[in-house]
Amino acid sequence: MNLPDAEQLLTALTAQLKPTVNTNTALLGIHTGGVWLAERLHTNLQLSIPIGAMDVAFYRDDYHQRGLQGNTRSSHIPFAVDGANVIIVDDVLYTGRTIRAAMNELFDHGRPTSVQLAVLVDRGGRELPIRADYCAHTTSLPASQMLALERSDNGHLSLRVLEK
Amino acid sequence: MSNTLSFTRNPQLNHQGELQHLLSIEGLPREIIERILDTAAPFTLVAEREVKKVPLLRGKSVFNLFFENSTRTRTTFEIAAKRLSADVINLNINTSSAAKGETLLDTVDNLAAMQADMFVVRHAASGAPYLIAQHLAASGRKHIHVVNAGDGRHAHPTQGLLDMYTIRHYKKDFSQLTVAIVGDILHSRVARSQIHGLTTLGVPEVRVIAPRTLLPTGVERMGVRVFTDMQEGLRGADVVMMLRLQNERMQGALLPSSQEYFKSYGLTPEKLALAKPDAIVMHPGPMNRGVEIDSSVADGSQAVILPQVSFGIAVRMAVMAMLGGGSQ
Amino acid sequence: MTKTMKLHIKGGRLIDPANGIDKRSDLFIADGLIVGAGDTPPKGFEASSTLDATGCIVCPGLVDLCARLREPGFEYKATLQSEMAAAVAGGVTRLSCPPDTDPPLDEPGLVQMLTHRARLPGFATVHPVGALTVQLAGERLVEMAELFDAGCVAFEQASRSIVDTQVLLRAMQYAATFDFPIWLQAQDSFLSRKGVAHDGEVAARLGLVGIPVAAETIALATILHLAQETGARVHIRRISSAAALEMLVAARASGINATCDVTINHLHLTDADIGYFNPHARLDPPLRSSRDRDALRAGLCSGAIDALCSDHTPVDDDGKQVPFEEAEPGATGLELLLPLCLKWAQETKLPLLTALARVTTGPAKILGRHEATLSVGQAADVCVFDPKAMAMVCRENLKSQGRNTPFLGVELPGRVRYTLIDGVLAYDAGLS
Repeated sequence: MNLPDAEQLLTALTAQLKPTVNTNTALLGIHTGGVWLAERLHTNLQLSIPIGAMDVAFYRDDYHQRGLQGNTRSSHIPFAVDGANVIIVDDVLYTGRTIRAAMNELFDHGRPTSVQLAVLVDRGGRELPIRADYCAHTTSLPASQMLALERSDNGHLSLRVLEK
Repeated sequence: MSNTLSFTRNPQLNHQGELQHLLSIEGLPREIIERILDTAAPFTLVAEREVKKVPLLRGKSVFNLFFENSTRTRTTFEIAAKRLSADVINLNINTSSAAKGETLLDTVDNLAAMQADMFVVRHAASGAPYLIAQHLAASGRKHIHVVNAGDGRHAHPTQGLLDMYTIRHYKKDFSQLTVAIVGDILHSRVARSQIHGLTTLGVPEVRVIAPRTLLPTGVERMGVRVFTDMQEGLRGADVVMMLRLQNERMQGALLPSSQEYFKSYGLTPEKLALAKPDAIVMHPGPMNRGVEIDSSVADGSQAVILPQVSFGIAVRMAVMAMLGGGSQ
Repeated sequence: MTKTMKLHIKGGRLIDPANGIDKRSDLFIADGLIVGAGDTPPKGFEASSTLDATGCIVCPGLVDLCARLREPGFEYKATLQSEMAAAVAGGVTRLSCPPDTDPPLDEPGLVQMLTHRARLPGFATVHPVGALTVQLAGERLVEMAELFDAGCVAFEQASRSIVDTQVLLRAMQYAATFDFPIWLQAQDSFLSRKGVAHDGEVAARLGLVGIPVAAETIALATILHLAQETGARVHIRRISSAAALEMLVAARASGINATCDVTINHLHLTDADIGYFNPHARLDPPLRSSRDRDALRAGLCSGAIDALCSDHTPVDDDGKQVPFEEAEPGATGLELLLPLCLKWAQETKLPLLTALARVTTGPAKILGRHEATLSVGQAADVCVFDPKAMAMVCRENLKSQGRNTPFLGVELPGRVRYTLIDGVLAYDAGLS
């Protein structure tokens, strides 16, 4: 399969977001790829509210099966969630479970005015009624494959398919 | 009971080397200690949020089994479990079933039959949580986890871990530190846990400072340098960890009086001045002002005693979260 | 089988430490006595029964200086019936039991009742040790002469010390008057107060209250001084440290009349065997360091320690399935005495002749009631065992009602095939 270029997708995603963002827009990246994207979008869109970063480990629904996986990072939301227009940013939308967890955590920080979702790639395979409001690319991948966003030392973003 | 208990295997790690129970810092690999500290960090922020709760242990039952009274420790575990959304049941056994003659393992079996998921155990006998863990393993109830909340003189691992968290928070790197532990080492489970934590994390110089009557035989074999002169022991220290001196130790043959103890081993500003200027002062609480620590030090700028308490909640959350997840 | 039977023990290797014999030889028994040894039976001997001892060692029945039978008073922990079965299964034909029963053995009537109840065919011979003081309280002397006449071989305090040295002095003077032996465990009651483990690195690490070696040496010094003063015959029970053994050896060299024994547990284990709070390793005196253990092993080899005993103490599960420091001290041992003697002999490359002396002639001499030998004319107390058979110590296989020992799960050499008491087959492994 030919993977699209992540940098080009980011440009496309920036273009999609541009008409809707305003001074009340807050980006919330999901660790790790979502935070990279949020940082870049924040610059591209010249937003004033600093970005938030979230690790949804404490809200994952597979905790009882798998426990806490890997190193959990702190969720850091430097803006007031109450009244904010939050756009959750993630690299790949798959089952929708991460986004469910992110929304649950977000509401433990306050009551946003609106929540939207921006992703680089929607790879299909949804298990929950969740869809992206902004999406640069849609594809379909078998369950045996994992799509991951990577970042090189100079900050260049790329996509990679990993076999599970 | 016909199950043969095993006492030769470290029961706190499962066969994959993962944390099954938290019984002592001794025998924990450095990676696991570091992972607990790493996991505790995000939990410190949970307390600062609007909703001070995460749903990890939702629907789980945590039993605080306190065979020895300690409102403070029990409260910190209770808060930690509740912030993880667990249901917490507090049992002060010294006032209920032990008086009726029920054995420790009978109590455990009864509570296990009430679908307990985790026991937080405080007991006056060293090793009691080990017996519980060994019994649970021998009777095939590996899904129940045990957290040692202090056993006799042996261990108080969550206190030791929160102390490690505190030191890392203020000093970042363990590899250059000189740490002095001052006070009743002999009777202190906290001191033992601190010593194991510090040596495992690579602190090059761990000192214990106490009169001979409060030092266990062979303590130097635990990897510490022994000082009986507090001035000498504090010199150049980065961290000063004070221990609580129980009132009952001040009678009898261990110490002549609390006044004399304070004179020789109480932490005063003058003695603290011998440590490094940026040294931090720790105490597991509750403090005896004027016995082991001078009020001006306890309330001074170098004291990190209250942050220890906050970090304690996060560390206990981390431990419970690491134990409570995954179905093995 | 009755005493009139003539028994031929065939094809075994005969080891008789008292006579320095270790050779392949048959053994002939008639009317409860040894009547001959060698390849051919004595004149006119016609065996009515033959026991095959091929591959086995034939030796005098074992003598155990310390086996608690728990009667009277602690029948829920063990009974005479269960512990006698354990004794013969372990090849033990003669044993002495300490007075820490309930009530303690401080009255002739109690001693007579016990010996009477134990005097059954197929039971090992029981030699009670009387209490040295009334109720073992360390205050008033017992009627020693009366108790001696009732069957006591010696007087002791079990694990309780006499705190008042005046009383100890008087007890020794009085015992010396009649030349009664006094058996004492050397343990200072103040230095061992609340202690549960050897005061060393392990206790420091595990947060257990320690009992320093000085608790033993100080008490021993007192005992040895008073023994010298009074000329009393003293036997030191359950010696546990290198320092104490050194003192005892020096005292003996200076002419003090003192013997000692060591337990199977202290011969093999150290405080490190407490592991993760194993209540089975809760023993009295405590298991000490490996240096102490090694000194005890060497002392038993050289004969500085006279006897190896089982210190058999049946403890029920309620006494052991509790946290280490709350556990009742003691371990079952009658059935492990021979295997652990053999294990020690193997590990120290000691000839069996010497090793077996420590569980036969050595303790017999301290008991002073018989010789523990296979000489012609002696009572036929015999143990026949397979030295090569290995067996795992497990709860199910123990005859004793006490199923707790730190050796659970350990494979040990030596399996008793037959035990004879007064020529009567008291134990046959093939039948049990």
